[in-house]
Amino acid sequence: MTPGIAGGLLQAVLVVGGAPLLLGLMRQVRARMEGRAGPGVGQPWRDLRKLLAKEMITPRGTSEVFRVAPVLTVAMTLVVAVVVPFVTTASPLPGVADMFVVVALLAHGTVVLALAGLDTGTAFGGMGASREVTILALVEPTALVAIFALSVPAGSTGLPAIVSSTLAEPAHVLAPASLLAAVALGMVVLAETGRLPVDNPSTHLELTMVHEAMVLEYAGPRLALVELGAALRLTVYLGLLVTLFVPWGIATEAHLLALAVGVVAFAVKVAAAGALLAAAEVFLAKLRLFRVPELLAGSFLLALLAVAAAYLLG
Amino acid sequence: MWSLWRRIRRTGRAAEPAPAAPGAPPPVPALAGSVQIRHVDAGSCNGCEVEIGSAFGPVHDAERYGARLVASPRHADALLVTGPVTRNMAEPLRRTFEAVPRPRVVLAVGDCARDCGVFAGAYGVTGPVGAVVPVDAEVPGCPPRPEEIVAALRALTGR
Repeated sequence: MTPGIAGGLLQAVLVVGGAPLLLGLMRQVRARMEGRAGPGVGQPWRDLRKLLAKEMITPRGTSEVFRVAPVLTVAMTLVVAVVVPFVTTASPLPGVADMFVVVALLAHGTVVLALAGLDTGTAFGGMGASREVTILALVEPTALVAIFALSVPAGSTGLPAIVSSTLAEPAHVLAPASLLAAVALGMVVLAETGRLPVDNPSTHLELTMVHEAMVLEYAGPRLALVELGAALRLTVYLGLLVTLFVPWGIATEAHLLALAVGVVAFAVKVAAAGALLAAAEVFLAKLRLFRVPELLAGSFLLALLAVAAAYLLG
Repeated sequence: MWSLWRRIRRTGRAAEPAPAAPGAPPPVPALAGSVQIRHVDAGSCNGCEVEIGSAFGPVHDAERYGARLVASPRHADALLVTGPVTRNMAEPLRRTFEAVPRPRVVLAVGDCARDCGVFAGAYGVTGPVGAVVPVDAEVPGCPPRPEEIVAALRALTGR
């Protein structure tokens, strides 16, 4: 087994096992700050275990799109989890570990779920899908331009190359281009994973839901896949952020000790980022839907400035 | 933001210490440790709703026992039904029950849900919840105390 395949498998196991725990940790942080005791970090796993044992319901009038969508979202996110250098820079598919491919795969996951939301033919499914696609269309340019800014110092959009270049010259992280791109990508992560202030993950008010409105018709094992997919996306996006801007600890050689350090470093970094995000969310209110474009336009401007800074300030 | 942070620090934990866990194992083993709940107001006066809101608030914090309110009956394991079932709500209640994937549980909360309470015999009332959908557990009271609602939920999750 080549180091790339071993590293990819290790990352897949780590991300799938850790994603529900990350969600549990974030809910626990929020609960503690609200003065509640909280259900514990393992609650998302308990929810998933229960959902897998429940009855599978296929609503009347739905097509293959509804049935296939949860599997596809999870699969596309898993591909990203395997190829991105979260733990080791040795990638099983170096051609796929490219920022443009990664962003496209993650966007496809959203599009597939939006199609499934439309497929149910309910008012809320269509409303959620239209909102999600609106946000996606505003977020993608920011993501692509910010990536472009990050690829300038490394001379490549390949993630292993970007990570190696940052590890070789740590001062790059504090360059203006990198800082601006970090803020822009941070907003992309908030919007794409459905966190405050763009979407409220704990709302149950139909008129304010974005992500949840699309998946209201899912039940049982398919809902388990949808929820696992959402947790995976959150982990992968936060992982992408820490990999790009805090790459220390990622294994650059195929060595057992280096891999162990990489696993621990990844877990600690993502958990810290998640806890920070959950704590920040306590202080935020959801933005009115028509204000979200303003926020995302701001992040696009930052990404544009990052590109300008990358070329002008080198 | 600073004032909110100071308030969080000053308040600390608002949740009351958890009472002893239910001794009996959960009636539906598949739902042990995690029960998602869809609340259906079948014609309630909103007294029970206030108490349910309080059961999920910071003080009683029913979420710590693995119970969670959800937005769709498809996501739910248990229906929390309040109020006497009015004529207009009988069919929606039946359809909501049909939309819940098995295994499913129905909890009738409050005296009205059990036997129509003060609304018994009113012209707009079809009957108690048990006359429309099969009821698995009841929580008496007008309105029931949040502690009693939390205890009924804990009996389901077994935590």
